[in-house]
Amino acid sequence: MSGQTLYDKLWNQHLVKQRDDGTALIYIDRQLLHEVTSPQAFEGLRLANRKPWRLDANLATPDHNVPTTVKERAEGNSGIKDPVSLIQVQTLDDNCLEYGIEEFKINDPRQGIVHVVGPEQGATLPGMTVVCGDSHTATHGAFGALAHGIGTSEVEHVMATQCLLAQKMKNMQVRVEGELGLGVTAKDVVLAIIGKIGTAGGTGYAIEFAGSAIESLSMEGRMTVCNMAIEAGARVGLIAVDDTTIDYLAERPFAPTAQQWEAAVADWRNLVSDADAQFDKVVTLRAEEIEPQVSWGTSPEMVTGISGQVPDPQAALDDTVQRSHARALEYMGLQANQKITDIKLDKVFIGSCTNSRIEDLREAAKVAKGNKVAGSIKLAMVVPGSGLVKRQAEAEGLDKIFIEAGFEWREPGCSMCLAMNADKLGAGEHCASTSNRNFEGRQGYGGRTHLVSPAMAAAAAIAGHFVDVRTLPANDTSHAQEA
Amino acid sequence: MKKFERLEGIVAPLDRANVDTDLIIPKQFLKSIKRTGFGVNLFDELRYLDEGQPGQDCSQRPLNPDFVLNQPRYQGAEVLLARRNFGCGSSREHAPWALEDFGFKAVIAPSFADIFYNNAFKNGILLITLEEDVVDRLFTEVAGSEGYQLDVDLENQRVITPSGEILEFEVDAFRKHCLLNGLDDIGITLQDEDAIRAFEEKHRQQRPWLFRQPA
Repeated sequence: MSGQTLYDKLWNQHLVKQRDDGTALIYIDRQLLHEVTSPQAFEGLRLANRKPWRLDANLATPDHNVPTTVKERAEGNSGIKDPVSLIQVQTLDDNCLEYGIEEFKINDPRQGIVHVVGPEQGATLPGMTVVCGDSHTATHGAFGALAHGIGTSEVEHVMATQCLLAQKMKNMQVRVEGELGLGVTAKDVVLAIIGKIGTAGGTGYAIEFAGSAIESLSMEGRMTVCNMAIEAGARVGLIAVDDTTIDYLAERPFAPTAQQWEAAVADWRNLVSDADAQFDKVVTLRAEEIEPQVSWGTSPEMVTGISGQVPDPQAALDDTVQRSHARALEYMGLQANQKITDIKLDKVFIGSCTNSRIEDLREAAKVAKGNKVAGSIKLAMVVPGSGLVKRQAEAEGLDKIFIEAGFEWREPGCSMCLAMNADKLGAGEHCASTSNRNFEGRQGYGGRTHLVSPAMAAAAAIAGHFVDVRTLPANDTSHAQEA
Repeated sequence: MKKFERLEGIVAPLDRANVDTDLIIPKQFLKSIKRTGFGVNLFDELRYLDEGQPGQDCSQRPLNPDFVLNQPRYQGAEVLLARRNFGCGSSREHAPWALEDFGFKAVIAPSFADIFYNNAFKNGILLITLEEDVVDRLFTEVAGSEGYQLDVDLENQRVITPSGEILEFEVDAFRKHCLLNGLDDIGITLQDEDAIRAFEEKHRQQRPWLFRQPA
């Protein structure tokens, strides 16, 4: 018998019951809650007169709707000007209070984007099953945790039963081998993967990311990669546990301590795919071939390298793709064969559950330092992923670098990634964004999103158009000739 | 959840691949704390010519005459015919809530995104996966015949076209059972309460750190 994949192991460790009809009950160790997808779940519990199964498995924080200006945030919930948003945040507070669920409220320094907060607190641990009513829950798989984005009915189901009704997925391994070039980041890796396998390439699979380039990533980088597994269609992204994982977790508030820490680490060391494990599908990329990526269209698979150009829809082999590309170009206001570096920008957003951690902010600050945001840019904003990320960045002086360069330094939240608060694009505006989705209208009605890494976003803010971050003085000049 | 009854419904074609959940229901409507009332904002950005706001009276808004659901021949449609990877993107259950509230009972496509697939079935919407060439053919048939209806028979897992052609489809037994009987799956899971408690106790002993709270 062949060995087990990491996904197989996590599945087996949580399998409560396998039913004859192919569905299974799997036990859930952690549920993260936010204001948008939980109110109907709490309401459902109430209507059915049910109680949460295990309160301490839940952790809540408002993130999608919260305003991000310093002035509004100083007022707490009453700083939320939109009355509908206010009701939603208030409802989360009320539900957590009523049921006794721990919540990091709007002005708690630990508040932030759920997918930044969970790992930062050690509330996400290797070997856990993690769920959240948000598709980017895949992020937590970076810790060797089995993390699923779920819908609101499932949020209610997990609250009521501590289990998720699931069907076992197939196993896919995506290997990235070799060494990434300077200026090429985790974001570029995952965008290149999505460009290769497509936005439905991972549908039905749990994707384990592996290979030397993945192993060399920090936890922040690994989270960026797993975060966007869903953009490749996979509900679950995973990375094996190693020293990087364990070092990150030591002394986090929710992490085990003393003897229990030793026992946990010993257990976590097994959270790797066995050498003889069989995957249903294996895809390999060479790290050296990945250049900084920029999305040009309205699906994350519509992406190319910075030295590339916007494709000609006529060149697509398939009618459906041809129509999608033509529609995307029309929406994006781009021409076939236009050079990526010729795309001019109106706004720049550095933030989101993909790229708002301390390392992301450091990379962007390195590019921004001593430079000024181009006069043609209407707004360039940096939104830290949590209050603690913000505090750390300020301790390192990153806020000053951004402010001096002309960026706005904001309070934590999802912000312009999905524009549920006041941070949004106007119709026709092009945005260099470190977020995860470039769908039509995602960042604002008629807005045009280009997905990039934090360093590429900062470089674009300064130039006013896309530039190859590898050619900047902040990076190795030997790479300048290649670009 | 309502029982899924055998259905003979008008088919509306949405000829576009990778329809994401942002397109099905844009984010500003996610601020509601209810499960109902999303139908008027289904496909909001395609359906109307202006930017929609939550709570707005949509009957006063300018309609996009080119959008399929605004065309008279597709009024009252209950079956949505779509392209590959329908429902990709966010986990928002507001997407199936909007489809259901609008009146759709089934969606036919060559493939669906995973999270949307779960969410739809939990709201009584049947998702039918058919081969791409079959879906292509249905698009042609729908375009060529006003009032085109499909007979959707979940019990026997088949769709019958007006010409009498039978298209069989797969659906897993549990989802089918829940849909046909309108069952709430929390109730079904709680029948296994003892098994869950037993598992939880063993899990806690084996890996106590998973149950730890900060001091």
